Amino acid sequence: MNIIVCIKQTPDTEKVKFNPETRTLLREGVENIMNPFDMQALETALILKDKFGGKVTCISMGLPQATDVLKEALAMGADDAALISDRALAGSDTLATSLTLAAAIKKIGDYDLILCGKQAVDGDTAQVGPEIAEHLGLPQITGTLKLDYVDERFVAYRENDNYSETLACAAPLLATVNTAEKEPRFASIKGKMKARKAKIPTWTIEDLGLAPEQVGLTGSPTKVRKSFTPTPPEIHSEIIAEEDADVAVDMLFEKLVKAEIITR
Amino acid sequence: MAMKVDRDKCIGCESCTMVCPVGAISMVDGKAMIDPEQCISCGACVGECPVEAIAPEATAKAEVANNEGKDMWVICELDKNDALPVCYELIGAANGLAKKAGDQCCAVIIGNGVAELPAKMIAAGADKVYVIDSDKYTDYHTELYTDAVCQLVEAYKPSALLLPATIDGRDLAPRIAARLHTGLCADCTAVDITDDNLVAWTRPALGGNIYATIVCDEHRPQMGTVRPKVFKPLEADPSRTGEVIAFTPVDRVENKVEILKKVPNAGSNSIKLEDAEVIAAGGRGMGTQENFDKLAELAGLFEKGAVAGSRAVIDAGWMAHSQQVGQSGKTVTPHIYFACGISGAVQHISGMKESDIIIAINKDASAPIFSVAHYGIVGDVNTILPKLIEKIKAYKE
Repeated sequence: MNIIVCIKQTPDTEKVKFNPETRTLLREGVENIMNPFDMQALETALILKDKFGGKVTCISMGLPQATDVLKEALAMGADDAALISDRALAGSDTLATSLTLAAAIKKIGDYDLILCGKQAVDGDTAQVGPEIAEHLGLPQITGTLKLDYVDERFVAYRENDNYSETLACAAPLLATVNTAEKEPRFASIKGKMKARKAKIPTWTIEDLGLAPEQVGLTGSPTKVRKSFTPTPPEIHSEIIAEEDADVAVDMLFEKLVKAEIITR
Repeated sequence: MAMKVDRDKCIGCESCTMVCPVGAISMVDGKAMIDPEQCISCGACVGECPVEAIAPEATAKAEVANNEGKDMWVICELDKNDALPVCYELIGAANGLAKKAGDQCCAVIIGNGVAELPAKMIAAGADKVYVIDSDKYTDYHTELYTDAVCQLVEAYKPSALLLPATIDGRDLAPRIAARLHTGLCADCTAVDITDDNLVAWTRPALGGNIYATIVCDEHRPQMGTVRPKVFKPLEADPSRTGEVIAFTPVDRVENKVEILKKVPNAGSNSIKLEDAEVIAAGGRGMGTQENFDKLAELAGLFEKGAVAGSRAVIDAGWMAHSQQVGQSGKTVTPHIYFACGISGAVQHISGMKESDIIIAINKDASAPIFSVAHYGIVGDVNTILPKLIEKIKAYKE
């Protein structure tokens, strides 16, 4: 079973702090990481490879430093990786990004399954996966909580807001992964050594047969008009820092009753 | 590549350097300079500049493709043959947009046995309702629904499509956008019409600390998914009139995904998170799964109470995915939100900060959750919570 996993390097958004006074993001010391949902997709791919054999290839579109996440993927057990990096790609929205990744997937060719994380934690659009599927004419299953291969079909479990469903689809398929069945594995020593030595090719848009006007800002239908930091509403805050728990609870309870938040 | 400073206008105030999330702006000879290698075109500096010296670098404007669309459409999502509440919210929003843009507000219903729905949509603010009603559409299938919407778009050429930013809405919308080769803005929290008569889609980024307003000026339809609970539906007016148009798509696609099993979510008959008036939410600080029984007890003290968890709790498997509040889960706006043992990562706060009253219990006095809480206790949640429950219980009895 040959699987291609799309990986994005993102800032570790859990560690991005916000300074409410200056209304700025504090990104100092915030590392770039493999998008956590892509890590789940990679683990899902590796579980399938452990069971059924085949090859896991990882691709990433980004700055040259995105090689780091591809090396991490190789260390975890991926077989191959390629970086798509080109100045012409700067400013790409989800449509231009998906077109680029789809072109890279076509270049790799032979695949049974394409996996993406459900969404990237920096942009949070959850659009690139389905848009890749459309460019490649593949069926899609988004937000999988389980993904297996039974009787020559992929079987996926996902939850909607109102119901949960088990879906089946023959290869080739594109799935976006919410969670893998297991915690993502750690890289082995051997894997890390292999990753260190690996030469990861960089593909430009020319390598992918794309024209500059198809990607980047000109290839992106959406345009940012402005962005702004909202003024947070003034909050009247009553925080009790009383050590005796009984006293603290009494104080809170009285306030809640007085403000008619707790009523009979 | 994207943003450029007009050096003649720049007054060197440095306010743009402060807001740039990637540190791409430096001061050169007392004027701001944007490093095109680092700029991510987020536009944060554009809104901040007091003298309007920063603008996107001019790019050659492509011929406007298929720009003749009109009307604001809402693609409805159905459950048990009624539209989800968010659809009525979006019809209200689209009604407002349509009035501003000089268009009509249209609802699109795809389902099986939905004859009752058009009247409800018209009462909710739709001027026109397109109905695709066939047993082929009993269940949601990405491919069948994508093709149905695309055929309808090809036939009637709308100006914009609004879809709910639900799990299935966000499965369907990008597929349609890619097929029509148009722009899509995800998970919007505001929509408006610009001076040049475009839909302005506003969405949060980085946990709601930055908002971006996005337009799609050269492609039609303009598309966005819109978050539930940000618009209020219009009051239903049964005297409103509208047109109902039945549409039958041509059979031209093959559905490759088979539904083996479909079951309503556990607890979907009880109060849903987004409808709850009181939410008792727990985080990593709750320690163990057993402690979550206490949350259920707290929620149970209120008429429309529900339990929820932070991402850490859902990842640990202590609670179902449908109970997750935050950026990758649900956005909730209850009357009371109890945040128990939740430190308050930006991702969590963005999903609950609009709650009327936030009550936080956390042992770390510097936890960010206290910065959005109206009331709080600094202390061990597993000591405080049982005592608080007893107090409320005794009072209510």
